[in-house]
Amino acid sequence: MAEAKGTLGPRRAEALAGTLLALPAFILMWLMLLGPAVAVGLLSLTDWNFGEPQIRFAGLENYAEMWGDRVFWISLRNTVIYVGVSVPATVLLGLLAAIAIESVGPLKGFYRAAYFLPVASTLLAMALVWEFMFHPSVGFVNQVFRALGLPTADWLQNPDTALFALAAIGVWQNLGLAMVLFMAGLKAIPPDLYEALAMDGADGAWERFRRVTWPMLGPALVFVVAITAIRSFQVFDTVQVLTEGGPSKSTEVLLFTMVQQGFTFLRSAYGAAITMVFLLLTLAITLAQTVLLDRRAHYG
Amino acid sequence: MQKSFGPTPVLRGVTLEVVEGEFLAILGASGCGKSTLLRILAGLETADAGEVWIGDRRVDALPPKARDLAMVFQSYALYPYMTVGQNIALPLEMRRLSALQRLPWLGRLWSGPQRRAIAADVAAVAAPLGLAPLLARKPAQLSGGQRQRVALARAMVRSPAAFLMDEPLSNLDARLRAEARAEIVALTRRLGVTTLYVTHDQGEAMAMADRVAVMQAGRVLQLAPPQELYDEPTSLDVARFIGSPPMNALPAHVGEDGAVMVGDVRLPWLSPARGLVTLGVRPEGWVPASQGIPATVTLIEHLGAETLCHLEGGAVLRLAPDMARGMVAGQALRLAVRKAVLFGADGQRLPLQAALREIALG
Amino acid sequence: MARRAFTHLVLMLGAAVMLAPFVIMLSISLKPPGEVFAPQFALLPTQWHAVENYTAAFTKVPLARFLLNGFFVTLCIFAAQALTALPMAYALAKLRWRGRETAFALVVLALLIPPQVPAIPLYIGLWQLGLLNTYAAIILPSTISVFGIFLMRQFFRTVPDDLIAAARMDGLSEWAIVWRIMLPTAAPAIAAFACLSFIWNWNEFFWPLIAVQEEHLMTPPLGIAFFSNAEAGTSFGPLMAAATVVTAPLALAFLLAQRAFISGVTMTGVK
Repeated sequence: MAEAKGTLGPRRAEALAGTLLALPAFILMWLMLLGPAVAVGLLSLTDWNFGEPQIRFAGLENYAEMWGDRVFWISLRNTVIYVGVSVPATVLLGLLAAIAIESVGPLKGFYRAAYFLPVASTLLAMALVWEFMFHPSVGFVNQVFRALGLPTADWLQNPDTALFALAAIGVWQNLGLAMVLFMAGLKAIPPDLYEALAMDGADGAWERFRRVTWPMLGPALVFVVAITAIRSFQVFDTVQVLTEGGPSKSTEVLLFTMVQQGFTFLRSAYGAAITMVFLLLTLAITLAQTVLLDRRAHYG
Repeated sequence: MQKSFGPTPVLRGVTLEVVEGEFLAILGASGCGKSTLLRILAGLETADAGEVWIGDRRVDALPPKARDLAMVFQSYALYPYMTVGQNIALPLEMRRLSALQRLPWLGRLWSGPQRRAIAADVAAVAAPLGLAPLLARKPAQLSGGQRQRVALARAMVRSPAAFLMDEPLSNLDARLRAEARAEIVALTRRLGVTTLYVTHDQGEAMAMADRVAVMQAGRVLQLAPPQELYDEPTSLDVARFIGSPPMNALPAHVGEDGAVMVGDVRLPWLSPARGLVTLGVRPEGWVPASQGIPATVTLIEHLGAETLCHLEGGAVLRLAPDMARGMVAGQALRLAVRKAVLFGADGQRLPLQAALREIALG
Repeated sequence: MARRAFTHLVLMLGAAVMLAPFVIMLSISLKPPGEVFAPQFALLPTQWHAVENYTAAFTKVPLARFLLNGFFVTLCIFAAQALTALPMAYALAKLRWRGRETAFALVVLALLIPPQVPAIPLYIGLWQLGLLNTYAAIILPSTISVFGIFLMRQFFRTVPDDLIAAARMDGLSEWAIVWRIMLPTAAPAIAAFACLSFIWNWNEFFWPLIAVQEEHLMTPPLGIAFFSNAEAGTSFGPLMAAATVVTAPLALAFLLAQRAFISGVTMTGVK
């Protein structure tokens, strides 16, 4: 009788393996994401500036300062305008592109690739191209506008237009993403619904859209809006290389302010407080998305 | 091999001793715990209590790979991205090659001879199963029957101490299933390897196994060779489970004198029990006669080799076709019971003495 | 028929707008300075200046170095992400262990945190370790991909349990099951994950900008921003040549593996 000693039963071996396999990722997740996220919250309650030997608990002082900070409010307002302009445009154009591309037979692959290419390209390099395209005299945009008899401007240097010019770049970049997500949503609609609709006597494009596509696309729509909004909130690259927040703070956005305060002026604690605002806004979008999807689920 | 369990929801106290080299079928309806039992044997699940022995080795604490068992799964569980040959070779690679030799790409540099030996063994297993021309294909390119044979080959290739098979035929269509049945029996006989075969199909169990363990609600009801199971079920549950159509269960009682009665018909048997009982009669265990239990035919099924007469009350009579000639629905019969088993109110088998047959007949 | 032609017309116009920046980028990268500022835009240069522009792009700044940095960094990041995410995804999807539900809840929570949020503490931490201005500073924060864990976990759940049981019977350890069974079975999902990881990390600008100041460590986006700053909008030809070179690897990879890219991006919707 040779009894097996020192080995574990299959159940305990499985539990041990599970823990060991999850451990490296779990540790990294705490070190790189969750831990720092908690640290940001704590840091925002101190008065610490980068490199200082002393650290003092400051309560809500940073938030109080933020409340009175004109630049912060400009930054928040600009961010909200940027999101408010680029999200509807991205979602609407993405939806139209998806429906149009799904409805045409040939060239489908080409259209999809063309509209998606900006998503897969380096935004920073393309931002520099856009800078050239927005050039007041030789820029492509003004040349086209002039040819069409539309007003022209020095888009990126004019405080009234700079934010919208950046939003246009954002729409251009994210449109393809919204499009492929909508295309996936469209594919999930069972074709017999359209057939049933045709049998019921409604087969026009508008009827098809209103009675089947739109209601069936609901969850996808909520998701696309949320993901586009979250991405828009993160606008930074174009601001950093094209306008640096200017002219006269007209393109100052939250992440740019955060980097300025936290890394340029080395005001770590204040930067952390701005980060918290940024985090809360992002979480609010996710929360709104969850609530909306839940309601729809009960409704449907 | 011996095993037993403490009380668990799925298995409550199972003891099963498997004789080396035998083909043991574990038969039961779905959810009776038969697959759990097999997975515990394999080491894929842990029993809450009890022991598993293989030969003179206690293996409870060993991982599956150390138990020297091979399993054929219901879904076959072939690795979809590997060729047939790679699927069959994997268990050998894991056993014969060192970790260094199993390194992707690089490992081939210093494991040539071993790999050639493995390839030879794979070919030797594949040939008799007709898999030789399929070795380079992926599982998705195979028919159901071929996949099933690949799963068998993967189990056979390392000559394990025992085969565990979990409903390996249930994904095949009826014709293939009959073929594969004979194939598996022939294979395991030839290899002389102990085989545990889990199935819910009593026909399969009866046709293939040396012995059958009938399981219900986490218990083994009876463990016996197929014919014994059919002729001498130890409980009403087993009697009903085995046989198609199932055994007729006639309400009966035992009189004060010990005579077994169905209604007011005295049967030629005595029982020491008293009161209400159940008489189990196989469909071919009774015949039309001049006197006996009265019955009315409701439906006649001509199946070719035999004829089944369904009787009022749900009982069935099985007849040779020429004996059933001229029989019509609605006809009244009298049935004489030739062979029967008796169960008490608790469903357990009761003894039955045939000593007084002459008296009853007379 | 007319409707279809109209749809094509609109889609073509849209495609022209979407592709215009790429066309202009290529066009300018071929032109001499004089033609860049010509009042009327022409697609092709009258005088070809491609060699001069691309040579300038590679000599005025160490563009080749930027590209190498980019490949090195994205490769390291993906290797680390796969090496940690796959085992955890397998443990979350297929193994029973205490704390599994909590661990998964934390993954979902981490998924909600935008990548810019941990920046300040990470910067402080790397500074204390003396790691600022190193490759490690760029790579370390991205070594974990909770998205990857989540994606692979969802995919691994669809792998049949029998396949894993069979692998255990065949003698594979849990570690071997991850790499020999789960990895090949989930190949399409991993390809999509790889594409996404490549897109994100090749294009990442925010974090490298913070973590690295030295030219020889710069990733392509950082390098091209540096180039743009140094030239201050004077030499568009070489700048566009550099932009072309930086965009090319991703664009080519996308055109070659369109399906994996698009399915990868679509999978961000698997939540």
